[in-house]
Amino acid sequence: MSTLERPEIRPTGLLTQAWAIARRNFLHIRRMPEMLMDVTIQPVMFVLLFAYVFGSSIDVATPSGYRAFLLAGIMAQTVAFASFIVAVGLTADLEKGIVDRMRSLPINPAAVLVGRSISSLAHSSIGLVVMSLTGLVIGWRIHTNLFEAALGYLLLLGWGFAMIWVGIWVGSAMRSVEAVNGVMFATMFPITFLANTFAPTDRMPTFLRVIAEWNPISALTQAVRELWGNDQPLADGAALPMHHPIPFTIGWIVLITAVVAPLAIRTFRSRTAD
Amino acid sequence: MTRPAIEAEGLVKHFGDTVAVDGVSFVVPEGSVLGLLGPNGAGKTTTVRMMTTLTRPTSGTGRVAGHDILADPAAVRRSMGLTGQAATVDELLTGRENLRLIGSLYGLDARYIKRASDELLERFSLAEAGDRIAKTYSGGMRRRLDLAVSLIATPPVLFLDEPTTGLDPRSRVELWEVLRELVSDGTTLLLTTQYLEEADQLADNIVVIDRGTVIAEGTPLQLKDRSGAAALVVTVSNGPDLAAAEALLRPHVREVHVDVGARQLTAPAEGLGHMTRVAGIFDESGIVLDDIGLKRPSLDDVFLHLTGHRAEQRPDDTGDETTADSAEEMAR
Repeated sequence: MSTLERPEIRPTGLLTQAWAIARRNFLHIRRMPEMLMDVTIQPVMFVLLFAYVFGSSIDVATPSGYRAFLLAGIMAQTVAFASFIVAVGLTADLEKGIVDRMRSLPINPAAVLVGRSISSLAHSSIGLVVMSLTGLVIGWRIHTNLFEAALGYLLLLGWGFAMIWVGIWVGSAMRSVEAVNGVMFATMFPITFLANTFAPTDRMPTFLRVIAEWNPISALTQAVRELWGNDQPLADGAALPMHHPIPFTIGWIVLITAVVAPLAIRTFRSRTAD
Repeated sequence: MTRPAIEAEGLVKHFGDTVAVDGVSFVVPEGSVLGLLGPNGAGKTTTVRMMTTLTRPTSGTGRVAGHDILADPAAVRRSMGLTGQAATVDELLTGRENLRLIGSLYGLDARYIKRASDELLERFSLAEAGDRIAKTYSGGMRRRLDLAVSLIATPPVLFLDEPTTGLDPRSRVELWEVLRELVSDGTTLLLTTQYLEEADQLADNIVVIDRGTVIAEGTPLQLKDRSGAAALVVTVSNGPDLAAAEALLRPHVREVHVDVGARQLTAPAEGLGHMTRVAGIFDESGIVLDDIGLKRPSLDDVFLHLTGHRAEQRPDDTGDETTADSAEEMAR
């Protein structure tokens, strides 16, 4: 009875599928370039704001001054916001039924998440390039070697990877894009500011200083500053992560991923499979 | 040819304390159309989600194209297409890009996708709009694109969840045409609807569900027969003739119901021959009639008869899509 041609459905691998989904997310950016604002205009604005407005009243003892000190902090913050991008994108896809449509196809259910991760890392990378160019313009330089420079960028992207899981978790748990915006603003902004990102921690009240120096994002920022030669001598009484920022950063990335990824996958599953 | 393309066996789904689906079974022979009919929150969408492997049944199982939904969900996904309740096209992609995305996820060859996309866009009257982003499409166009996307791999079984919700009457009729074509090409269709007319138009068989259970099933004709006999309806042209017409009709029927406002007499029908005789009598009497005929009960009447409550409101108000969503969303 069937008169239709039934094409061959070839089994594809997870990466092929994830790439198809990531490509779709890139098309979104091409159609709506304003989606890149969070890794372009916003951080550039922050750089200018802090470098020229607040920076004059923040004292740091780095060789090339506050602007060089600032850059690693803003990069760490920008990459932390990757969680934001992932959460918003995922919630929108869940809301619109796009995720269900994907799940009704003969693909690995993880492809949706992996695809989202790939496009998010690309998104963050664009941010890092924009930040670096802005930095070069205002006088930031890397004073170390190629290997250490690359390791700095690698840590930032590793941090972005851990943040993707946070984004998947929040995105799967929230019912609307507005809710995601609310939760992420209320958490990510204080977390990324209560750290050594924009100002040195040694003049904070002791209580805040301890929190700030144990904040994972401070370890990352300190590690990147050290790797790029933008750090200032450690103040007396600095917490342990400030003395060993690179191993601490790697540890945080592993720990956050190990804790949040299973939670994120479980929340995503129960959101979609029921 | 009549081997079942879709089978549901005692599907049950609980969401916490809520029982959304409570033992639904049905069989859809290959190449036929099953209409899953029921009001909002009856469990239609949940049933479709279980059959399409999106939701795991609490108990019971099903088969699609011979593959068990629990034992081999991947094979089920390879043999079916799904068009969900909301048109789930990607608004920022063009029609063609939507087709390409799903086609490549199916693992189809790129040249095949290109050719099939052209054909589908043509067939669904989207050829000109194919390179525009879907955001600019009308509701009807989105539905057609959604359906086209579901067909990119030409699945032998197609699930459509309320395919015409929110469409204007013309777009609805157009979509029906497309669906009829698909069926004549050998595709098996399961569609859910709360539009009784739609089930009547398209389905070979109808399963009526209410509050998660099957309360009736059969062909549209059988369902209509089940809710009582047909009626003989006589409409006179001039109101004042109504009393005379009633007097004329009464000896020939068991009882007469008079509706003055509609200038109508309604009596239990006793077959075609009987109706012809009554028509002859009126012809001789000189009473001018607007109409004389047999009226089968509508599926609306069937629903009222089966459930004791009316089916939900008609499609025309756009609010009912959200109602359907939120009703089942709440159940989740």
